[in-house]
Amino acid sequence: MTGKGKRETGNMLLQIQNLHATVEGREVLRGVDLVVRTGEVHAIMGPNGSGKSTLAQVLGGHPAYTVTVGSVLYEGKDLLALKPEERAREGVFLAFQYPVAIRGITNAYFLRSAVNAIRKHRGEEELGPVEFMDALEEKLKLIGWDDSYLNRPVNDGFSGGEKKRNEILQLAVLEPKLAILDETDSGLDIDALKTVAQTVEKLRRPDNATVLVTHYYRILTHIQPDVVHVLSAGRIVKSGGKELALELEERGYDWIREPATVA
Amino acid sequence: MTSIEAQVLQPYKYGFVTDIDSDVVPPGLSEDVIRLISTKKGEPAWMLEWRLKAYRNWLKMAEPHWSNVKYGPIDYQAISYYAAPKQRPALESLEQVDPKLLETFEKLGIPIEERKRLAGVAVDAVFDSVSVATTFRETLAKQGIIFCAISEAIREHPELVQQYLGSVVPHNDNFFAALNSAVFTDGSFAYIPKGVRCPLELSTYFRINASSTGQFERTLIIADAGSYVSYLEGCSAPVRDENQLHAAVVELVALDAATIKYSTIQNWYPGDEAGRGGIYNFVTKRGACRGKNSKISWTQVETGSAITWKYPGCILQGDNSIGEFYSVAVTNQRQQADTGTKMIHMGKNTRSTIVSKGISAGHGQNTYRGLVKILKGAEHARNYSQCDSMLIGDQCGAHTFPYIDVRNSTAIMEHEASTSKIGEDQIFYAKQRGLSAEDAVSMIVNGFCKEVFKELPMEFAVEAQRLLGISLEGSVG
Ligand SMILES: Nc1ncnc2c1ncn2[C@@H]1O[C@H](COP(=O)(O)OP(=O)(O)O)[C@@H](O)[C@H]1O
Ligand SMILES: [Mg+2]
Repeated sequence: MTGKGKRETGNMLLQIQNLHATVEGREVLRGVDLVVRTGEVHAIMGPNGSGKSTLAQVLGGHPAYTVTVGSVLYEGKDLLALKPEERAREGVFLAFQYPVAIRGITNAYFLRSAVNAIRKHRGEEELGPVEFMDALEEKLKLIGWDDSYLNRPVNDGFSGGEKKRNEILQLAVLEPKLAILDETDSGLDIDALKTVAQTVEKLRRPDNATVLVTHYYRILTHIQPDVVHVLSAGRIVKSGGKELALELEERGYDWIREPATVA
Repeated sequence: MTSIEAQVLQPYKYGFVTDIDSDVVPPGLSEDVIRLISTKKGEPAWMLEWRLKAYRNWLKMAEPHWSNVKYGPIDYQAISYYAAPKQRPALESLEQVDPKLLETFEKLGIPIEERKRLAGVAVDAVFDSVSVATTFRETLAKQGIIFCAISEAIREHPELVQQYLGSVVPHNDNFFAALNSAVFTDGSFAYIPKGVRCPLELSTYFRINASSTGQFERTLIIADAGSYVSYLEGCSAPVRDENQLHAAVVELVALDAATIKYSTIQNWYPGDEAGRGGIYNFVTKRGACRGKNSKISWTQVETGSAITWKYPGCILQGDNSIGEFYSVAVTNQRQQADTGTKMIHMGKNTRSTIVSKGISAGHGQNTYRGLVKILKGAEHARNYSQCDSMLIGDQCGAHTFPYIDVRNSTAIMEHEASTSKIGEDQIFYAKQRGLSAEDAVSMIVNGFCKEVFKELPMEFAVEAQRLLGISLEGSVG
């Protein structure tokens, strides 16, 4: 397995065991097991409807999803016992597949509120608008934006690509320990994809980790994953190195869905 | 009507005795009661006549029921129509005050001394509102501005009052206005002389002898040619009043090139979770842009009361005159609001702007009802209306009734409306960024109301935001 040596050295950040979850009474996650250590990047691939977003939302604590069986430890603590905002303040970040628009609130204000909620939680002083703008400057450069985006309402009227970039801006500003990026690469043109990928790479540190939910191999040409997993029908059915992603790109998912391959 | 009439006409049950010195008149309404009120206030004969005229009209009127609000019958004979300015029982310390009230004060960030005053705790010289008010009044007097209680104005400035009282809201305008005209005792009067820009924001807060809230308040503001005044009504304190029915009348008159800005924050007791005990706020507010190039702007933030029923309007008589209405109305729990505006365009090139933001949470029902009327002579009149509703949860309701009556083909009318819902997904998105549900809601709601809040004077806008947060507290999980 690629990066195997490195894996042993990181601390256990996320440990998912036999996770089952339902949405509207239907079981979508059917026994997910996953271990993520600090310093790692994991890619999760899989066909449409296999439960990738569900897994991301469950980790974020979305109320529409109910965990029925299993456990999730984050930094050794029971993640599922925390409220969504507590998870966020403890360093869990979810880049949404479909980022939500909030009219009437500027991006800058929203971002600063988020930063301050987290700073407050850590017992740090909250940032005023001016200090915050200074800190933001550099992050904007990372994703290649000018500050006109800051005065626009959160994701309101943003193109699909702009919304994704905005998620990455939030990621860059909040610097979480665990980032779960749900198809952040979908709907991006080549340049945008590169910018996003480079930003993620730049934010990579020995004490954080990224779970990258993706459909396509192409983002993995920019981000080096330590492990690639295939989620199918609510279970991780195969894990491997980067070459697995390439194989999926070429052969599709059908060969992997076969129960025979799972076993 | 008949039942009220019957009640009113029946002989006075309690054996009426005219006692000038007594401070409270027993419940019930009759011509004798009105005469007594007028005598106690030391009013001239024309005032009494006017009251009686209003009363006789009221007897013939029926309580209206066309609004989208529901409430039980009001017993007009059970109300006491005169009480000398009430001294609330003086409490000795804040410990004796309802803790819920104190909690609210704290959230509002009201200074301790001010909290005491609002809660009715005896306040010593540290906070001397009378001396503040006196200084305030002297500043105004230097510019020839009159600002006093309406009853004082009736005595001291009868020519102004007689000329303008009832000139915008006639004594028989509607059921509640007629009742108010017959029995009003509290309220403010302001006159801004020609060309004077009022240097301070006028607020009842600074008026000597202002009692907390009158049940039947009457306010009259006259801005003479070329003058400007900004008037603030209300208070962020949650007033717990045993008077359930509040029927106020506000009349504004703007002469040539005068501007009146009237801002309201209304946060009266909305009743308990089941809707018991809240205030019925049935108000008639109207401004006349009588002069050319005059302007009247209403801004209201209505978060309190069990029932709010009001349509601050503008009669745009003068050519080029401007009417504005900016409103935020919040209904939570069992609150009901039926509010909006009337813009009557009479003069040429008259313009009106309506921005209404209705927020419903809990079981709240929120109705926007507005009339824009362009009369024949109103060449090139313009109206822009925007009515936005926001729903929080799925037990509440929002309703919009824009009435338009255009009789001049040169008119330009624009109307925009939207309904949005604070959805679970928006809240979750904000929570996933570390914000609490309450902060998320207050952020979204404040964003929604921004266009109205920016019309408020600075300190009022801050209060409005805090109030909104408080009145929506607990509306999301
Ligand atoms: N909020 C939801 N409400 C109803 N069904 C949902 C919801 N979220 C996911 N599902 C269902 O769960 C299954 C998995 O969806 P999802 O996790 O979005 O898959 P993926 O992200 O892998 O494409 C799908 O059948 C989808 O319809
Ligand atoms: Mg998905």
